[in-house]
Amino acid sequence: MAHLDAAYNLARWLARDERDAEDVVQEACLRAFRFFDSFHGGNARAWLLAIVRNTYYTWLEKNRTQMLNVPFDEETLADGGDAATPAYESVERALQQEDSRRLVNRALDQLPAAFREIIVLRELEDMSYKEIATIADVPLGTVMSRLARARKMLLCSLQQIARES
Amino acid sequence: MDCTQTRDYLHGYIDRELDPVSAAALEQHLQSCAACQHVYERQSSLRAAVGRQAAYYTAPGDLADRIRARIGVATDKTVAKPHRPDWQWLQLGAAVAVTAVVTWMVTLQMGGARQDEIIAEQVITGHARSVLTNHLTDVASSDQHTVKPWLSSRLDFSPPVTDLTTDGYPLVGGRLDYLDNRPVAALVYRHRQHVIDLFIWPDPKANQSSAMKTLSRQGYNVLHWSGAGMTYWAISDLNQDELDAFTRVFSQR
Repeated sequence: MAHLDAAYNLARWLARDERDAEDVVQEACLRAFRFFDSFHGGNARAWLLAIVRNTYYTWLEKNRTQMLNVPFDEETLADGGDAATPAYESVERALQQEDSRRLVNRALDQLPAAFREIIVLRELEDMSYKEIATIADVPLGTVMSRLARARKMLLCSLQQIARES
Repeated sequence: MDCTQTRDYLHGYIDRELDPVSAAALEQHLQSCAACQHVYERQSSLRAAVGRQAAYYTAPGDLADRIRARIGVATDKTVAKPHRPDWQWLQLGAAVAVTAVVTWMVTLQMGGARQDEIIAEQVITGHARSVLTNHLTDVASSDQHTVKPWLSSRLDFSPPVTDLTTDGYPLVGGRLDYLDNRPVAALVYRHRQHVIDLFIWPDPKANQSSAMKTLSRQGYNVLHWSGAGMTYWAISDLNQDELDAFTRVFSQR
């Protein structure tokens, strides 16, 4: 099935769990099939990803009681978030080590969903700002600022993990 | 542009989403400001590291089957066709039929001048239909020596088939389509997460190679050229520059 990997990748990053991601993708594909007539041409992958995203948030609403959503401490992290700070050296070193994949995955996993999804759409799915705006249902102007913030937070998160290890 | 503005626009610049005027102003600032240049380099390298190292989770092998089972579609591995014509498929069929009739009427009225435009619409419809009905290929193989004979044996011509994996465009396979009132070959390539369809059919008027024509519609980019008696239509959701690069690689082979 076309775009199934893209759908699963987004769902997996959002849900952070394999079984949940599969449930979300199945539900999203059923919806996509049912609402096929709402597809007016354009980018099919972006259309499907928008459905995956909506399905995930509906699913989250339903399962909210079971979810332990750890709030992201933006305040304490905001100080170190500039790429100009010396702490970045530790990140650079860490990224060159063998387990850097785990490091990046962990850092990304820790971001709040809104920032996690925008990184996944931009860096892993290679979506344009316009496509991201459609999928994430935000104004085009918000995409760049949210992405800037997401990258800054990711950097903080990386620094924190690099410092711990 | 000053430092504050530069930091604001930096991500748009990294993502190549700035308009040319702002991009030029930002570049000018970067050349004269070491601090901003520093931030730019680090953000770019972080971006590259994330793109390279973050996990891309691929769907479990049986997930597609489970979804097809739930949708009620036959689980034929190569060609996924609906088991019974439920209403969505009838609607799609009706839409295609309407398009066909309208296209035919328009063709009658306007003659050859708008011929390219009409084919472009058909190319887009063909591409979108194959992506949405999960019917990318009839013959799924990255081996040009499998795809070419498969297509030749079903068409009245032999399309040029080249695997471009080494250039970053792995061949996914081929399928038959129907465009410009004739059966045509469709080669399917992949570039990162993007699918590229390349439609090929013989055109007696195309013995001299013609210039590349580009157009974009509904989020797709379409490129059209001809040469050596064949006409070529490439379509993808890749941006125009990248689709350009693909067609250059293809025509040089």
